[in-house]
Amino acid sequence: MALKKVKGNFFERMFDKNLTDLVRGIRNNKDNEAKYISTCIEEIKQELRQDNISVKCNAVAKLTYIQMLGYDISWAGFNIIEVMSSSRFTCKRIGYLAASQCFHPDSELLMLTTNMIRKDLNSQNQYDAGVALSGLSCFISPDLSRDLANDIMTLMSSTKPYLRMKAVLMMYKVFLRYPEALRPAFPKLKEKLEDPDPGVQSAAVNVICELARKNPKNYLPLAPIFFKLMTTSTNNWMLIKIIKLFGALTPLEPRLGKKLIEPLTNLIHSTSAMSLLYECINTVIAVLISISSGMPNHSASIQLCVQKLRILIEDSDQNLKYLGLLAMSKILKTHPKSVQAHKDLILACLDDKDESIRLRALDLLYGMVSKKNLMEIVKRLLGHMERAEGSAYRDELLYKVIEICAQSSYLYVTNFEWYLTVLVELIQLEAGSRHGRLIAEQLLDVAIRVPVVRQFAVNEMTNLLDTFTVSAQSNSMYEVLYAAAWIVGEFAGELEDAEKTLNILLRPRLLPGHIQGVYVQNVIKLFARLATTCLELQDLPGLVTLCDHVLDKLQHFNGSSDIEVQERANSACMLIEMLRNQLSTSTDAMAMDTTTEGGIPPLAIEIVQEMTLLFTGELIPVAPKAQRKVPLPDGLDLDEWINAPPPEDAASSSSSEHDKDELFVSAAQAGSAADGGGKRRQSLELTPEQLERQRMARLIEQSNNPHYLKSTPTASGASNADQYDNIDDIPITELPLDMEGVAALRVGITKRSDKYLQEQQAAQGGKDGKKKHKKGKKSKKAKNKVAYNSSSESEGEPKPLHIVNTTLDMPEGVSMSDSEDKDGKYDPNDPHRALDIELDITDFEAPAVRSSSKKSAAGKENLKTPAESAGSGSTAKKDRKKDKDKDKDKDKERKAKREHRESKRERKEAAVQPAIDLIDADTLAMASVIGGIIIDMGAEVATKAHKKKHKKEKSQRKEKKASESASASVSAIVSIGEYEQPLGISTPSKEIL
Amino acid sequence: MIKAILVFNNHGKPRLSKFYQYFDESLQQQIIKETFQLVSKRDDNVCNFLEGGSLIGGSDYKLIYRHYATLYFVFCVDSSESELGILDLIQVFVETLDKCFENVCELDLIFHADAVHHILSELVMGGMVLQTNMNDIMARIEEQNKIVKQEAGISAAPARAVSAVKSMNIPQQIKDIKLPDLPQAIKDFKF
Repeated sequence: MALKKVKGNFFERMFDKNLTDLVRGIRNNKDNEAKYISTCIEEIKQELRQDNISVKCNAVAKLTYIQMLGYDISWAGFNIIEVMSSSRFTCKRIGYLAASQCFHPDSELLMLTTNMIRKDLNSQNQYDAGVALSGLSCFISPDLSRDLANDIMTLMSSTKPYLRMKAVLMMYKVFLRYPEALRPAFPKLKEKLEDPDPGVQSAAVNVICELARKNPKNYLPLAPIFFKLMTTSTNNWMLIKIIKLFGALTPLEPRLGKKLIEPLTNLIHSTSAMSLLYECINTVIAVLISISSGMPNHSASIQLCVQKLRILIEDSDQNLKYLGLLAMSKILKTHPKSVQAHKDLILACLDDKDESIRLRALDLLYGMVSKKNLMEIVKRLLGHMERAEGSAYRDELLYKVIEICAQSSYLYVTNFEWYLTVLVELIQLEAGSRHGRLIAEQLLDVAIRVPVVRQFAVNEMTNLLDTFTVSAQSNSMYEVLYAAAWIVGEFAGELEDAEKTLNILLRPRLLPGHIQGVYVQNVIKLFARLATTCLELQDLPGLVTLCDHVLDKLQHFNGSSDIEVQERANSACMLIEMLRNQLSTSTDAMAMDTTTEGGIPPLAIEIVQEMTLLFTGELIPVAPKAQRKVPLPDGLDLDEWINAPPPEDAASSSSSEHDKDELFVSAAQAGSAADGGGKRRQSLELTPEQLERQRMARLIEQSNNPHYLKSTPTASGASNADQYDNIDDIPITELPLDMEGVAALRVGITKRSDKYLQEQQAAQGGKDGKKKHKKGKKSKKAKNKVAYNSSSESEGEPKPLHIVNTTLDMPEGVSMSDSEDKDGKYDPNDPHRALDIELDITDFEAPAVRSSSKKSAAGKENLKTPAESAGSGSTAKKDRKKDKDKDKDKDKERKAKREHRESKRERKEAAVQPAIDLIDADTLAMASVIGGIIIDMGAEVATKAHKKKHKKEKSQRKEKKASESASASVSAIVSIGEYEQPLGISTPSKEIL
Repeated sequence: MIKAILVFNNHGKPRLSKFYQYFDESLQQQIIKETFQLVSKRDDNVCNFLEGGSLIGGSDYKLIYRHYATLYFVFCVDSSESELGILDLIQVFVETLDKCFENVCELDLIFHADAVHHILSELVMGGMVLQTNMNDIMARIEEQNKIVKQEAGISAAPARAVSAVKSMNIPQQIKDIKLPDLPQAIKDFKF
């Protein structure tokens, strides 16, 4: 019977498809590959059902091939495990290969494999174990890591170098999944650094490099061993790894860097391997960055590096060129001067045919620009953009143009009219589909911070609004209209022909809602400005037609499907209608009594004046970080009712009645409100009782006065006193214009107040006439309609042409250069966070990191190696319990810290608002006038820092920014430390897994 | 760390895919496709490094590739690997293949994908470079092949015979049998 079965299988098997047949079959069925493969899979399923292991093995081999073609084979997981467990090496190898291709750490089937893999690891045949290790390295799970860590550690001291090597590499994977293994395994790993077999040595270096890359400080004590290896080894592959590791270690220990310079320079001179040379240069650069001063042969090393890199860049091998540029960009950060010497070379690379190289050269360009050559470089980049194929590269170019121009607050931009022209040209190129928002930000920034250029800006923007056509859907360039509309509205006073601009804005167009919203808002601004002109001219009919015209056109926006646009348009219409009503009564009156002079009713005048007041006042840019530094004041709960919800009928209806009666505040009221505002800013951090009291007071007040902008002058507790001081210190004042001290903040002082590149080149002596001419055309194009003042041109005399207003609302103790990336880079899923474990590394001369008490902690781990238990000795037992408790406490502490941190982050997020939401600020101001609408308490609590008290409405407009800055200044002192959490916080591993 | 090793031909057909980080099959295919598109449009005389590739990408990762005749060998690595070192490694890999298959060509990779995997596993393990010395690699591979041969032994003889029969390619041979050119003969026949 049994014989028959075997025989039957034997003959069946002979004509089974093997892998070669499968591949051949697929190739012969090119047209219906999917169908062919599905029949094959059916066959394979049949084969897997048989008992013969060879048949299964054949089937699994075929599955592995099919997997490569994109078919899911996880359904055969169990069969794969069967094949893996075969005693024959051939089958085992096929099984492990299939497993490595399709298993992953989350596969539930892996539970079944633990014992089988353990058996293989301990197999007599080193290749059984080798194949198991190779496979395991691809799919090891936390459970497997925990269960097999001991077996793999035993293999690390196998007699066979092949297995030692594989086991050492395997340990890294184990550490990643099961960080607890690191401490007990580390002594052995360190041992392997001095293994007689170079392969094992190299593997150990490899693993430690990977570990140290993420948590370098724990591996600093190993530096002497590595140093020895570096000076003795000839294995280039290992040398590269070691040198890379040193690159990661030097920033932590400057003394190491000093020691390294010499052997590294020797290597640079002696080695013939380019890869080694390159890594040496890289590490020398890292060393030089870490020890920025105090080295006698400092500049010599830099010189050597730059020289060698120049050779690389000049090489015909594109790979070397690429790497040379890559390394140059590292030098650029600390030693810009030495790189600038090779400007010619780098600029030449901009024209390279290879995109990778061009991108690297672009990175370097950042450091290559100066006031003198900025215009020319930008011109070249624009030329590239016109030619470039592929939107990704064009986007990158656009981004770089803006980056080099905007760097350190436009340090190198001498002429902002030129810069605006460049921005407009970028828009017209329609290249950077992704960066519409970026350009919009630039336009806003320049218009706000460079007052001189505003006139030019508004006219350019009018043109842009007029001519820009919204094209492709994928293009985000329409975002610039947002900026353009805001600029023409905000700086309407600079417009030559405000009426024309108004008409452009009112033109019905298909635009996204948020942009239409800005349109409406700025229509009001323009309207206010035109109405004021009419008032000045006593032009009643003009005012009436203006009102009618705008009202008529706004109907289009009224019907918008976007709720925001609708609301804004409606409010605007209401406001203008009100004015219109006043005017019409007066025209009636005028018809009866023509003798009245002027004829504009006083109430109408008042309305227009109020409207203008809405939009007067300077906007100061706010640093984006100012907001982020703001924690919520204690006791402010954003989920809580800010105002106790008023009884539906009583409070709300009565206040709205009031609104109808007297919409506008008289001058006296306005003054008092402004006073109130001034006091209100003191109410930053209130205790709940104070909040309550305020709330009550406000409710009472509300019923008496719809413009309840003033608040009771209570709320000044002694505990808050020092914080008020800080608030008063908010640095809103102009910074002293000291070029050296605040070079980074001060911008735009030019030697010659030249216009564009043409003038610049003319001033330089105009050695290249052709170029000059070409450039001239460009600048003419740029200023076509704008006649601007060239009287400021005076040769020789250094004179600022355009000054950037760099006053930022910034909290104290915060500098622009503060990096806040740390929080951003925080990745809770990074397994390396759990590997930040302080290790016992005893043979380090310097007493830096050693802590002997830690040693015994290893006893707690459930992995015990012979070497270790011998090492820790009897004291370990005694300490064990103590350590356990200690560790428990530590865990608790960590957890608490984490929770604390998390809740912090949440709160922070809640507090974050858009940095400069100008438009909203406008709306806020308007709303308060139209409806006396209640401004929410959030703003109220934090209101403060009025600059000009005589303008009541302005105070609201500034509210947001002021609140940011004020609370920021408090927080900067209180909580800066909490943002500086180190990256590699050690957390209990379970939370990561 | 090496994140993935891909080999595909000039038309983007995968010949070997090894991911050291888990992606499901459809994502793997997408990655191969995208990588092919990135790599194939580059000239042969440009540099062998490529940033980006959104799927495996991330700023820390680079594609390092070499183009041999009809095949692209692409390694996706992070910043801990030396760029030139990986280029050398690809060279070692290809030279090893050349030795194992004796003048390797695309067909060898097609029909012996498993063998290529076994060779690769002697160079790279779990995304880390295991061995770069070609003699050592060859020794390991030969020893393993010896075991396989031993295990196969006599029991594999029938299977080998079968596969020999299969690869005789009978239909082709039948086709190749020369028959008298009948139609022509008929045509020439005169009534």
